[in-house]
Amino acid sequence: MRVRTGRFRLYAAVARGSFRRYATYRVATAAGVFTNTVFGLILAYTYIALWDERPGLGGYDQEQAITFVWLGQALLTVMALMGGGFEGELIERIRTGDIAVDLYRPADLQAWWLASDLGRALFQLLGRGIVPVAAGALVFQLALPADPLRWAAFLLAVVFGAVVSFALRFLVALTAFWLLDGAGVTQVTMLAGTFFSGMLLPLNVFPGALGEVARALPWSALLQVPADVFLGRHTGLGLLRTYVFQLGWAAVLLTAGRLLQAAATRRVVVQGG
Amino acid sequence: MADLDPHPGLARVRSGLRAYRLISAMWIRSLMAYRLSFAMTALGNFAVTAFDFAAILLMFSQVDRLGGYSLPEIAFLYGASCTAFGLADLSLGSMDRLGRRVRDGTLDTLLVRPAPVLAQVAADRFGLHRLGRLTQGALVLAYALVVLDIEWSPLKVLMVPLMLVSGAGIFGALFVAGGAFQFVAQDAAEVQNAFTYGGTTLLQYPPSVFAKDLVRGVTFVLPLAFVNWLPVLYVLGRPYPLDLPVWAAFTPPSVAVACLALAGLAWRAGLRSYRSTGS
Repeated sequence: MRVRTGRFRLYAAVARGSFRRYATYRVATAAGVFTNTVFGLILAYTYIALWDERPGLGGYDQEQAITFVWLGQALLTVMALMGGGFEGELIERIRTGDIAVDLYRPADLQAWWLASDLGRALFQLLGRGIVPVAAGALVFQLALPADPLRWAAFLLAVVFGAVVSFALRFLVALTAFWLLDGAGVTQVTMLAGTFFSGMLLPLNVFPGALGEVARALPWSALLQVPADVFLGRHTGLGLLRTYVFQLGWAAVLLTAGRLLQAAATRRVVVQGG
Repeated sequence: MADLDPHPGLARVRSGLRAYRLISAMWIRSLMAYRLSFAMTALGNFAVTAFDFAAILLMFSQVDRLGGYSLPEIAFLYGASCTAFGLADLSLGSMDRLGRRVRDGTLDTLLVRPAPVLAQVAADRFGLHRLGRLTQGALVLAYALVVLDIEWSPLKVLMVPLMLVSGAGIFGALFVAGGAFQFVAQDAAEVQNAFTYGGTTLLQYPPSVFAKDLVRGVTFVLPLAFVNWLPVLYVLGRPYPLDLPVWAAFTPPSVAVACLALAGLAWRAGLRSYRSTGS
């Protein structure tokens, strides 16, 4: 039991350190907020034009559609949809061989990076998420929930989404053990992240089978699902099912990451010091 | 020294272009050492930008018109904006690395070399893979020009290349001004993205989509409207935003020159304010 609490304190410290590290880039954060706001503004107008043409498209009214835009801008860096998370650093450590040092540490590689990435995500949510949404609410009428419980439900969905996002990027980073160069896979993940998360367009606007496939893939847990929880589309039992969907993907992907990690660790031994 | 030269400005431009050519040629050679890797990054660059157009195609899977414009018309706007931006990005896209160079002190090595700093920064890591973005924009533009039913006149034909070159000039001015801004705010490379990438995204849609004040802002304050909105609307025979006169479609070249001149001044001011981090 004492060992367990010790472990927990270690990972909490890792997460705190990561939070603080990102918090030092104040000018960069302000610049990012500015960029997110500009893009939110441009996208919001295109969504207005789209929903003017087809009211109720994807089951959203115009207000909800615009809210979706701003949630996307708020969660873009939290979920590292276009990269910029821990994966670049991990790939670099694998490439240079520094990873061997990490493997000797009395901490689990996956849990260590998960803690670090969650610390980063929390900072991005506070530092880059709140202001764009507030700016959006100044210019447009947004569908902000009045019920505090729904805000809580949304935050929980964001946390689960962040874990799924981490699990995906951990898998991507580990491929560097075999490919040594992470540029290709990072780019593919970025593409999948923007296309299948709903960042490009809400997934329920995707036509036919493409929409169904997109909604079933893990990336939908990153933006589409939290946004739908925020907009009140999942309540009661439906909300529970949504969480199960997110946690299911998190479990599958984290397990896959664990297996890949074991295989990769053996490879390090084979390669020798 | 400069006083003895009858055309000091011209000589500087010439030496700048020469430095730019030499440095970018070096980077192209180094890229070509790994051809497969180059092909993959160019392809990736193509795919990333193609997603912007995929979003528009997805929108048009649900509607026939957006802001009163058909898909080929929006493809025309999109292709023009992307191609002009692609040209600027290919030649000056490295400017956003300036902040990092100021931070880590490597800008100092550029200052002591006998070539204009702007040319060195612009050619730094010259990214031929950015051809991916340019190709994507050009393909969409070609599609639009083939599909659209335009009554071509010599003026309209001339308008297309004129628009691409001046548009590239306006975006190029944004890249240079963004670089100048990073002398002041070293960590703020993303502000530049808001104007460059944000600008090209905005111009992919017709002005009728946006609020009047925003259109006014990108016409009179930050003259993005001159990149493609006015020339394309002229070719399409559509009314201009803000009731601008017809001849406004022919002003982009002078707007581009003015923007580049202003950006050049900003760059010089930025460079003069530079204090090395030292070591």
